[in-house]
Amino acid sequence: MVATQETIDKVKEVSQSYKYGFVTNLEAEKAPLGLNEDIVKFISKKKKEPNWLLEWRLKAYKKWLTMKQPKWAMVDFPEINFQDIYFYSAPKTKPKLNSLDEVDPELLKTYEKLGIPIKEQEMLAGVAVDYVFDSVSVATTFREKLEKEGIIFCPISEAVHYYPELVKKYIGSVIPVGDNYYAALNSAVFTDGSFVYIPKGVRCPMELSTYFRINEQNSGQFERTLIIAEDDSYVSYLEGCTAPQRDENQLHAAVVELIAMDNAEIKYSTVQNWYPGDKDGKGGIYNFVTKRGNCLGKRSKISWTQVETGSAITWKYPSCVLRGDESVGEFYSVAVANNAQQADTGTKMIHIGKNTKSTIISKGISAGKAQNTYRGQVQIQKSASGSRNFTQCDSLLIGDKCGAHTVPYINQFTPSARVEHEATTSKISEDQLFYCLQRGLDTEQATSLIVNGFCKEVMKELPMEFAVEAQKLIGISLEGSVG
Amino acid sequence: MSLLEIKNAHLKLDNKEILKGVSLSVNKGEVHAIMGPNGSGKSTLSYMLAGREGYELETGEILLEGNPLNEMSADERARSGLFLAFQYPVELPGVGGMSFLREAVNSRRKFLGEEEFDHLGFVKEARKEASKMFVKDEMLKRAVNVGFSGGEKKRFEILQMAMLKPKVSILDETDSGLDVDALKIVSEGVNAQRNKENAIVVITHYQRLLDYIVPDFVHILSDGAIIKSGGPELALEVEKNGYAGLINAA
Repeated sequence: MVATQETIDKVKEVSQSYKYGFVTNLEAEKAPLGLNEDIVKFISKKKKEPNWLLEWRLKAYKKWLTMKQPKWAMVDFPEINFQDIYFYSAPKTKPKLNSLDEVDPELLKTYEKLGIPIKEQEMLAGVAVDYVFDSVSVATTFREKLEKEGIIFCPISEAVHYYPELVKKYIGSVIPVGDNYYAALNSAVFTDGSFVYIPKGVRCPMELSTYFRINEQNSGQFERTLIIAEDDSYVSYLEGCTAPQRDENQLHAAVVELIAMDNAEIKYSTVQNWYPGDKDGKGGIYNFVTKRGNCLGKRSKISWTQVETGSAITWKYPSCVLRGDESVGEFYSVAVANNAQQADTGTKMIHIGKNTKSTIISKGISAGKAQNTYRGQVQIQKSASGSRNFTQCDSLLIGDKCGAHTVPYINQFTPSARVEHEATTSKISEDQLFYCLQRGLDTEQATSLIVNGFCKEVMKELPMEFAVEAQKLIGISLEGSVG
Repeated sequence: MSLLEIKNAHLKLDNKEILKGVSLSVNKGEVHAIMGPNGSGKSTLSYMLAGREGYELETGEILLEGNPLNEMSADERARSGLFLAFQYPVELPGVGGMSFLREAVNSRRKFLGEEEFDHLGFVKEARKEASKMFVKDEMLKRAVNVGFSGGEKKRFEILQMAMLKPKVSILDETDSGLDVDALKIVSEGVNAQRNKENAIVVITHYQRLLDYIVPDFVHILSDGAIIKSGGPELALEVEKNGYAGLINAA
């Protein structure tokens, strides 16, 4: 029997769409596996981005193709196959559970210990809840308050449309597209992130937290954040969540750029508890982040405070480039590695302007079979006369199977600068534990107390609400490591 | 039933027998002094009672209000009302004195089914007791024992005792390193705790402390066993004739 014309047409239509399937079919929830130029275009088109941004992404992608996966850190992991990753999936494709009963009981136990209310637990665990009303009303009053001051705080995908000039001017100015392998990757395929702009002379009246971003439902795989503080302004930004976040995506390569003008101050705090994997480290998240602050203005100040307790591998160096004379850079960090976790983290303080000052306080805690490395660079250029750096890196070892390593790089090119470096390594002594036990505290309470005492100098830099949660979190992440 | 009972305690450390059959009965309202030369096993005895790891009994029993202590962990014993004032209190860097005290007191209260203190309520209570021990507010803000002088450390130990209100307190050479003034303050603090329901065991080398904390009973510990027991006058005998005299006579 001869096929009807209708059938012939239908077949033609179908075969054509198979050839260019993913381009024409923008209704797709996920881009196909892998990374190539078409995927980059797909992402950009999905977000309805202007052409200049697409070009920027493509430039980054082409640069990435010429680069090799870096292997110099003290972390061990199987080579990542980038063709086996989905680089775009629309929000709402996250599998929704029906109730907390379906959630991993271990996860629930942690939420309880952290004192998280049930409604929030549901949200974090991915239970389908009707919380839209709550978050909209909260976010609305919040946004109104900020708008009154002229402060912009929105997802970067929105900023690209409403404030393109600002984004164009600053994106990639602190971390250029070719800076490193993962920054290049992020620049090509970043999904979303925060955009913050504080106008001249404005002190942001509240802590900005990622919790309030309406789009914050999908944990960004390749988050991109840009914060700009104009002359004489101040902002404190909180990133992260103490509750353990699972994600089907294993690789998280975010990029955070901060810019501070004359007399401006940006305080950036992170509490990170990505899923660390099982006792052998399987299934955990790789947290490969590039964070950098540009102290452009005179007497500008950027402080990074981080408490990292999760992830199978943490690889990050939040840094400051101190260009403006008398600018200040600070880095306060607590990095906990337990079981099979690995951490290679630290900071870079690059002194360019005169009389610039940097402070580095790093506390590393290792337990189980974990490996914890502090890697820091203090670079004092010839132009940075009168500059000062103080570095203190302390390691605490729990048990005899873990490791702590310190790799400091100090390059000083002017004799008038002063650099101080102190490092200590200690164990939780049996005497200290026994003293606490004899006062009625159990082993876990005692360990938590002693460890938090060890981290005190860093914890006091965290905004209060974060500090209380972070303390509990450190205790929980070290459970089972002593006794 | 005695408050604290030690029945024929034998303990080895590094395969060497240190406690060779110590027996002691302490009743409510009593203060016992244990004196002995260096190496007699005094500290071992206190660590054994407190439940320190590595100081488990070979044979023998220890009972607190009739309950076997052997089976309880160090922290369980503490929550049940056993307190040890350390001879050399260890430093806890970064751990604030006030928070430490509060956690300790609350774990005891929780065990007893009493209401735990919140931060403000506790601060009030702590300040009250602290002033009695001449412990200033400022000292409570510092990290536990960090940079404390010998006297300050011992005063802080007795402050902890006052706040925890234990059933049985063991004071391990509380007088070591103290000048007369500090000794007086510490002793007053201890004496203020004495009541009909609790008991105190004072471990010391020297008779001097016992002038201030007058014991009901004195025991001489030598080479891992109690060789002589008596009233407070026994301490004066030690002062006069030394331990050697008593040991030879025994």
